Amino acid sequence: MQQSSTFYNEILTDHNMNPGHKKKLADANLTLEGVNPSCGDDIILNLKVENDMIVDGAYEGDGCAISQASADMMLDLIIGKSKDEALRLSDIFMRMIKEGISDEERDELEEAGVLQDVSHMPARVKCAVLGWHTMEEMVRDGHTMSEGDIL
Amino acid sequence: MTDFEKEIREQFPLLKNRSTIYLDNAATSQKPRCVMDAVEQYYRDHNANPLRGLYDLSVEATDAYDDARATVAELINAPKKEDIVFTRNATESLNLVAYSYGMNFLRNDDEIVVSIMEHHSNLLPWQQVAKHTGAKLVFFECDERGYLDPNQLEKLCNEHTKLVCITQVSNLFGRVNDIRAFARIAHEKGAVFVCDGAQSVPHIPVDVQELDVDFLAFSGHKMYGPMGIGALYGKSGLLEKMPPFLYGGEMIEYVTRCGATYAEVPHKFEAGTVNAGGAIGMAEGIRFMNRVGFDKIESVERELTTYAYEKMTNIGHVEILGSTDPAEHHGILTFVLEGVHPHDVATIFDSHGIAVRAGHHCVQPLHKHLKRMSTTRASLAFYNTHEDIDAFVETLSHIRGEMGFSD
Repeated sequence: MQQSSTFYNEILTDHNMNPGHKKKLADANLTLEGVNPSCGDDIILNLKVENDMIVDGAYEGDGCAISQASADMMLDLIIGKSKDEALRLSDIFMRMIKEGISDEERDELEEAGVLQDVSHMPARVKCAVLGWHTMEEMVRDGHTMSEGDIL
Repeated sequence: MTDFEKEIREQFPLLKNRSTIYLDNAATSQKPRCVMDAVEQYYRDHNANPLRGLYDLSVEATDAYDDARATVAELINAPKKEDIVFTRNATESLNLVAYSYGMNFLRNDDEIVVSIMEHHSNLLPWQQVAKHTGAKLVFFECDERGYLDPNQLEKLCNEHTKLVCITQVSNLFGRVNDIRAFARIAHEKGAVFVCDGAQSVPHIPVDVQELDVDFLAFSGHKMYGPMGIGALYGKSGLLEKMPPFLYGGEMIEYVTRCGATYAEVPHKFEAGTVNAGGAIGMAEGIRFMNRVGFDKIESVERELTTYAYEKMTNIGHVEILGSTDPAEHHGILTFVLEGVHPHDVATIFDSHGIAVRAGHHCVQPLHKHLKRMSTTRASLAFYNTHEDIDAFVETLSHIRGEMGFSD
């Protein structure tokens, strides 16, 4: 099946070209690098978590438009939410990519819902979930890198 | 479409029945009707287990398999058909040399020279040989245009050099390397020369005696044959002294409780029931290429490559890797579109029905050497048309716009 050429819509390309959260985060207390070796996507996600609330977040790195825009849209969604709420939204996102979700659930993902069509592009799934997967590891499992870790 | 293009495409069911513009020929070629028919006919009319049955049908199967070997030998001008070992693909051919020759004949302090542009299949087996024997891996680097300088190889080789492993055509640059010079340098130091022919044998005439390589590996599926069949050419003196790679049936003469004597080359290296259907399909793919003629294949591919190269360089923000002379690309145009990740480039091509490859193309160390994360590659075969190139270039010229760039 051929993809519609409108997959790279304005929302996606805008998050890629003008990301709101692609920057350093000096007071982050959680940091983790996520790598997708098949595309060479590489992001370092930084979160500032206080009392189980994600009060701020940012990312740095390189990669394809899907990986970068997806991470940016995710941060739009989870900043200001509790850890549990972020994980709940991440679960919806993962299910959207892997098996499909209801329209109501898609609305909860706000702009990240535009990545729904990635479910038809198996080679790009890893790009779309990279930021989310990295965030889950940090928030759920407490994985973080300390100073001196080799990036 | 020219008459030649029409006549050729008529023979490829997939190209006839689908609108896909297929520009990933360096990954695998499409298959002509005659190859499918040859494989079907073998299984329909002549199938039996070759090399062992004491009855007519098995003799027919054995003859068909043997004829296929002769066809492969003739293609690369091997001195005799027994110099050809059938394998699954070029990767397995190279692993055969690594496991059977490298692991047994290399020692601590020996050196293996590999070029930086090797496909992982001509690098990872040598990494393993180095790890297990204590030999050292030495990298032969190219310049930014993909040129490998024989003078540089001369400096890297010494009395410790036991193996030199270099591809004839890089799957990223498409440039033909000076294999004859490299083999001569290797031999002067007493080293064995291994050539990866996966990207060369389908596109240019290759003569193993003229090049004087000790081993040549190639795959059937990149040259109009089926997947799962490939070949290794080896000089008979080397194949004779190498131990088997795999052990089992059809590779023995006598077996006792504690040992065995092995069959003659090449059967020594073809343990288990062979892929006769695959070998017959591969041979038909070769006959198909011979019917078209390598002169014609080369001239059509050169003309198409030049046509594509010139149109691509007229688009802004496109950088083609390798030589600036399209004649040195042999159908392979690997490029970077400024500001757009290659996977996004490939996805947009796909949305226009155009199949290209994106990523590291199994040459990660080369990408690192060129300071690129990944690239996009269009690779041609002689069945591609000027219309294919026009559609490819048209889409390429719109991608930056689609991704939000204003110029």
